[in-house]
Amino acid sequence: MKKMVSISEKEVEHIAWLAKITLSEEEKKLFTEQFNTILEYFRIIDELETEGTPPTFNVQNLENVFREDIVEPSLSREYSLKNASKKEKGYVKASRII
Amino acid sequence: MSKKITSVVVFSKEEFAEDVVIGLEVHCQLTNLRTKLFCGCSSEYRGEQPNTHLCPICLGMPGSLPVANRKSVDDAMMVALALKSEIAERSLFFRKNYYYPDMPKNFQITQYDQAGGIPIASGGEVSIQVNHENKQIRIRRIQLEEDPAKLVHLGSIDTSPYTLVDYNRAGIALLEIITEPDLKSSKEARVFLQKLRSILEHLGVSDGKLEGAMRCDANISIKKGNRVEIKNISSFKEVEKALNFEIARQRAMNSRGLKVEMETRHWDDVKRVTISLRTKEAEHDYRYFPEPDLVPVEISKEKIAKISQIIPELPDARLDRFVKLYKIPSYDAGVLTSDKAMADFFEECIKLYPDAKTISNWMMTDLLRWLHEKDIEIKEAKVTPQHLVEMIKLIDDGTISGKIAKSVLPEILNTGKTPSEIVTEKGLLRIASRKDIELLADRVLIENPKAVQDAAVDEKAIHYLIGQLMKLTKGKADPQLANQIIKEKLKKQSKSN
Ligand SMILES: [Zn+2]
Repeated sequence: MKKMVSISEKEVEHIAWLAKITLSEEEKKLFTEQFNTILEYFRIIDELETEGTPPTFNVQNLENVFREDIVEPSLSREYSLKNASKKEKGYVKASRII
Repeated sequence: MSKKITSVVVFSKEEFAEDVVIGLEVHCQLTNLRTKLFCGCSSEYRGEQPNTHLCPICLGMPGSLPVANRKSVDDAMMVALALKSEIAERSLFFRKNYYYPDMPKNFQITQYDQAGGIPIASGGEVSIQVNHENKQIRIRRIQLEEDPAKLVHLGSIDTSPYTLVDYNRAGIALLEIITEPDLKSSKEARVFLQKLRSILEHLGVSDGKLEGAMRCDANISIKKGNRVEIKNISSFKEVEKALNFEIARQRAMNSRGLKVEMETRHWDDVKRVTISLRTKEAEHDYRYFPEPDLVPVEISKEKIAKISQIIPELPDARLDRFVKLYKIPSYDAGVLTSDKAMADFFEECIKLYPDAKTISNWMMTDLLRWLHEKDIEIKEAKVTPQHLVEMIKLIDDGTISGKIAKSVLPEILNTGKTPSEIVTEKGLLRIASRKDIELLADRVLIENPKAVQDAAVDEKAIHYLIGQLMKLTKGKADPQLANQIIKEKLKKQSKSN
C-alpha cells in the first residue's frame, strides 16, 4: 500500500496546543509517526463497503434512559477539590483564560 | 491566547441599518429543574458556597455515568412547540472537546447538527414588534446542553491576574436557541430577546430575572463584511450595549478603509468594549463525536401531543386577549405582555380595580418611565398591584391630586410603603380647609407687601400672590379656594386702608 503522510509536525504542534501541553522536538517526531500509523488503520477500515449501512452511534441498542428530577447529596468541597493543584477561597485557581 | 484591546470608538446608537446582519445564540437555563442535566446535584447554585454542588458525574470522574434528566426533555419540547420548531423523532448527545477550565471533564455534553448529530428541534420562528411593525425571526435549531462553570475575575477580565472557577454551575441544564441571521439592529435583538424571555417565562421553564439565567453570543456583520462573533454577553440588558459597540467599531474600521477580520471577540462588561480573542481554534478543533455514555432520545407523536396539551397561554395569545377583553391598544398590550411579570401585574390590578384603561395608562407612562429610569424590572421594584390601585383610588376620592400622585409613585417604587402612608408622612393631602388656607394666605400677603400694593391696579399681581400661596403649599391647596381667599383678603385690606 502506498504510504501517505497526512499528519504533519505542524498539525501535531496544533493538537498539543489544543491539549495545552508542551512537546519536545523528539516527541513531536514520535507523535507525528504514531498518528500516521493510527490513521493507516482507519484507512483500512475506510476501504470497507458501508453504503446503505446506517452509522452506529450507540452499541447498547437502548433509548430514552432517564432519571427523575430528584436532588441527591453532593460531595464535600474538601473531597471535590482534592485533585485541584491550586485553590483560593474554595475556588479552583486557574490561569486567566481569554 | 493573546488579546488586544481595540481603540475606543464613539458609542453610537443605531435604530435602523439595512446593512447590519445579526444572529443570536441564546443560552437559557432551565430554571424549573431542581437538579443538573445529567446528575442529581442541586441546580440551586445561586448564593451558595463555591464548589459545593459537585459529584463524580459533573466532575467527570472516571467510571461515572451521566443519565439525562427526564424533565429537561419535556421542557425542551415545550419550548420547541412554543417556537413552532420541529421536534426530532430521535436526537443524540455529542461531546464538544476543549481544554478551558470551565468544564472539569474537558468536554461539554451538547447536541450537534453535523457529523451525524441531531439536535432536539430544528426550525421555528418568533414574531416581534419593532416600531409598530411585525417581523418574524426564524429559529435555526434548539439544543440541550450543559452550562459551563462560572469564572470569577478580579475586575476586568483583561487585567485580572488569574481566574477563579466555581463548578457549581457546570452541568446545569441549558437550552441553546440559535436564530437565523434575521436581526437588523441592536434594538431588534433586544426586542427579540425580551419576547423570547417572555415566552419562556409563560411556559414556566426559565426565569430570566435570575442572574445569569439567560446569556447570549451574537454573530454580527455589516455591509456584507466578515462575520464577527461576540461571546460572553452575560445578560439581556448588555446585548444592546455590546452590539452597539461592535456596530460602531466595524463602521469606524470601514470608514478608515480597514478590513473587519473574521474573528471571535469577548464582551468586557467592565470596560464596555469587545476584545479580540485571537483564538486559534476552528470548529473542527472541537472534535465533536457522539457521547458514548448517553443513549439517544426518542420522542413519539403521542408524547408531542401530550406536551402540546399542557402549553399555557403564550404572550401573543395573551396580547390578543388583552386587546379584546380590556379594550386597550394593541401596542400597549404588546408592551405589557413582553414581560410576564408586567402582564401579571396588570391583570392583578384589574381584579382590584376594573378600569383597565386607567391601569394601563398608569403602567405605560409613569410606571414604565420610573422602572426605566432606575433600570430595574417590575419584580425588583417594591410596587405591588395593591399600591397602584390604592393610589388611583386616592385620586378618585379627591384625597390627592393627579399631579401629587405622579410624585407618590416613585416613592412607592423605592420604599414599598403604601400610598396612604406616603401621603400622610409627606403631608401631601389636598388642603381644602378654608381656615388652613386663610392662615397661609395671611402669611403670603405679609411677605409680599409690594405685590399687595400693586394688586389694586394690576391683575397680574393678584395671580402672583395666588401663585405664592400654591407654592407655599407645594400645590396641595385647593386652587379654587386659594383664588377666592386671596381675592377676598385683598378686598378687605383695600377697604381698611
Ligand atoms: Zn453532579
